[in-house]
Amino acid sequence: MGATKIVTDASWADDVLMSDKPVIVDFWAEWCGPCKMVAPILEQVAAEHDSVVVAKLNVDENPQTAASYGITSIPTMNVYQGGQVVKTIIGAKPKAALLADLAPYL
Amino acid sequence: MSEIRNVIIIGSGPAGYTAAIYAARAQLNPLVFEGSVTAGGALMNTTEVENFPGFTDGIMGPELMEHMRGQAVRFGAEIVTDDVTSVELNGPVKTVVDGSGTAHQAHAVILATGSAYRELGLPSEKRLSGHGVSWCATCDGFFFRGQDIAVVGGGDSAIEEATFLTRFANSVTLVHRRDALRASKIMQERAFANEKLQFAWNSEVVDVLGEDKVSGLVLRDTVTGETRDLAVTGLFVAIGHDPRSELVKGQIDLDDEGYVLVQGRSTATNVEGVFACGDLVDHTYRQAITAAGSGCAAALDAERFLAAAE
Repeated sequence: MGATKIVTDASWADDVLMSDKPVIVDFWAEWCGPCKMVAPILEQVAAEHDSVVVAKLNVDENPQTAASYGITSIPTMNVYQGGQVVKTIIGAKPKAALLADLAPYL
Repeated sequence: MSEIRNVIIIGSGPAGYTAAIYAARAQLNPLVFEGSVTAGGALMNTTEVENFPGFTDGIMGPELMEHMRGQAVRFGAEIVTDDVTSVELNGPVKTVVDGSGTAHQAHAVILATGSAYRELGLPSEKRLSGHGVSWCATCDGFFFRGQDIAVVGGGDSAIEEATFLTRFANSVTLVHRRDALRASKIMQERAFANEKLQFAWNSEVVDVLGEDKVSGLVLRDTVTGETRDLAVTGLFVAIGHDPRSELVKGQIDLDDEGYVLVQGRSTATNVEGVFACGDLVDHTYRQAITAAGSGCAAALDAERFLAAAE
């Protein structure tokens, strides 16, 4: 059980690529309305599931990582497993739909 | 099952929140389902709103919605950040089931579910959605810094998006199927004066090019039928909205385009005790202020209905 973890360009390799658990990364920014809607849902996922790490990357402050994964739309939620992207979810979704998409990693 | 409420409002935005303000002030103790990811409605994805009366210098869309929501809460509206997944609207007691599966009951229901972005309907548009195809300029404009991009549409929201995107992009081409814009004169003048904005008149998008990300568009001339390629790395779709009426389809009379039908100048639907307002019913105006006005009317209609039923 935990809170969402804030990751940056600098901490990316350690926090995401080398993680033992799958990591759900929420690419977001302050100016993005739908990002604000999906944030509390991801907080709940973080609190309810021990099997994954839920992380947030602010694309405004960390443009390198966002660019290297070709992010052009936010919110985008990528799931990383063993350093690889295994799932991409684009756009805010209701909790039930998000949980269905994330089910294999929870 | 909890107690039977006076009124449940489904949806938020200017219509839903205004209905909530009026219903709360009428002591109807409204329960509002504002949506889990759509709360606040279409204005949540806009920037400056310049035409909502009362704000001399304009106001940011999300801020305006935050104020409307707060005003409804102040008078006792109970607002739930969840979706409604099913409804049973016939009979004197209506049932509304939320996203967690809980059923709620009320004597009256106000529908304010608004509208959803219209898509071009191209397979390539779906495939490249989030990879250069976007419906939210305020969210995604940032990623197109210094690039050449396109906006498709000809109304106020298309011009607003195109103008906003010139802050980031090297150039923005507005693709429109006619030879004149539908947008308001002030928006048009602003657009024509913007050096970064170009216009592809009489053109429709027939394909979006690119494997993993957008590399261009195929445009067809609506007069001559000729096609040509336009090299862009992004496409913002702003061709209008369709009413979000799936929830009530089969229970409430809709018109051919899916808008909820209301009786005369009222907000009453064909089902007693069910009222509809905002973009869900409005073919014609679709403004924040007209949505707010019809939300007010829906709350007053519901109040009168409840008083008569007592």
